[in-house]
Amino acid sequence: METNEIIYCLKKIVKPYVQNDLAFQDFNIKTDFTRDLEINSAHLVDIVLDVEDEFNIAIDNQAMENMMTVGDAVKIIKKKQVNHDR
Amino acid sequence: MSRRVVVTGMGVAAPNGVGLAAFEEALREGKSGIRFQPELEKLNFSCQIAGKPEVSEELLKRYFTPLELKGLNSSGIFYGVIAGMDAWKDAGLDAGNEQETDWDSGIIFGTGILGVDKFREAIHLIDEGRVRRLGSTGVTQTMASGISAFLNSKLGCGNMVSTNSSACTTGTEAVIMAYERIKSGQAKRMLAGSCSDSGPYIWGGFDAMRILPHQYNDSPQEGSRPMSATAAGFVPGSGAGALMLEDLESARERGAKIYAEVLGGHVNSGGQRTGGSMTAPNSLGVQKCIIKALEDSKVHPEEIDAINGHLTATAMDAKEMENWTSALNRKGEDFPMINSFKGLTGHCLSAAGSIECVASVLQVKKDLVFGNVNSEDLHPDIEKQVSRDRIPQKTKEHQVKTLIKASFGFGDVNAVVIFRKQKNEL
Repeated sequence: METNEIIYCLKKIVKPYVQNDLAFQDFNIKTDFTRDLEINSAHLVDIVLDVEDEFNIAIDNQAMENMMTVGDAVKIIKKKQVNHDR
Repeated sequence: MSRRVVVTGMGVAAPNGVGLAAFEEALREGKSGIRFQPELEKLNFSCQIAGKPEVSEELLKRYFTPLELKGLNSSGIFYGVIAGMDAWKDAGLDAGNEQETDWDSGIIFGTGILGVDKFREAIHLIDEGRVRRLGSTGVTQTMASGISAFLNSKLGCGNMVSTNSSACTTGTEAVIMAYERIKSGQAKRMLAGSCSDSGPYIWGGFDAMRILPHQYNDSPQEGSRPMSATAAGFVPGSGAGALMLEDLESARERGAKIYAEVLGGHVNSGGQRTGGSMTAPNSLGVQKCIIKALEDSKVHPEEIDAINGHLTATAMDAKEMENWTSALNRKGEDFPMINSFKGLTGHCLSAAGSIECVASVLQVKKDLVFGNVNSEDLHPDIEKQVSRDRIPQKTKEHQVKTLIKASFGFGDVNAVVIFRKQKNEL
């Protein structure tokens, strides 16, 4: 899956959790989930579950802890999908 | 200095009416909220009828954000939030727009058990070894205080925010606890209420005890028969009720409408001694609770215009009537008007007390006594104690200046509260 496609899917997933709509309008690879979008840290858990369902992957605790930005999420998804394809 | 406490707002999600206006109309007209529940039939329940508030997706969207609704599977939270937010707004208070914490306001919103359906989801995931799939709200939807916490995420109260639990006295106890908090000057406003989940996981235990009626699966509306000779057990219910209690001075300063004054009340236990047990009340405890509530309110038994009983439609109804006649020392023609709303709602368990306090306060405000459906064949032991006309079958106008309301619960616990028409409202 291309980066742009993944970002598009992520944007849809993240939307209901966002508390800063202004930052959300400028959703890009550098966007930080908690700092920019002001997403409640408890909800990051739900976002991870939604991502797992959407991309049919499993995100372990280690990967989740490193998922701070949209870019991090894209990287993790791509890596897991490669593993998945094998 | 002791403060006076009044009711300035109310909200309700009852089986026979969601919203104060719909609920009042249902009570006036004797509209039942008890329906056949196919789910209970499928699960081989003996009693396949129950009272369940009708809450549509559309209605939920008016009270919850899409994010809040995501994965929300706790019917007690649905009902509690509807009732609680309605009471808050009915009191003319701004809901959730303030940026600052409101240190003068608090919440006591009780429940018996919260979010059983959510807990069931969690149990399945955990047993499958998929605990990490629970999501972030597995705790907050199932902790007992989830309901007061959820309400406060919307209201921003900074005073005491808690959840009480005392079986079927829970709602009335919450009102008394909130009243005491304001009376002692520790808070200006307390949202008091309670909720109870719906469904087989709540009602199953009672069905297993064989204390629910099995004879009315084909005629649900006749199933709940408080004070009747053919009462066959209580019909399980669910829902929520909420009352905004407020310091009288604060209410007057705001120019708030006042439904009634909370004059006083009492909470006790019969100790599960001398006839009391885990499931039956010690009559001495009940009578003592009534007498103490009168003392606390400085009300003479003669001043009582109406009683709203616990009266669940079991063999205990006649016993309860005996306790009222003894404690008030009034009987026959001299007995106050008495009613039970459970004929129309079923027994809403931990929500019963608050839903019934809402209805009781409506009676005080509007000078009414709502009718007792299914009481046409009065129990002979009740008829011996009280004149038939004291137990109206249809709603009637009646001056209700002072009303006493009781709730009793498993564990032999009792709660009695007294409401009075506010002086400048007379």
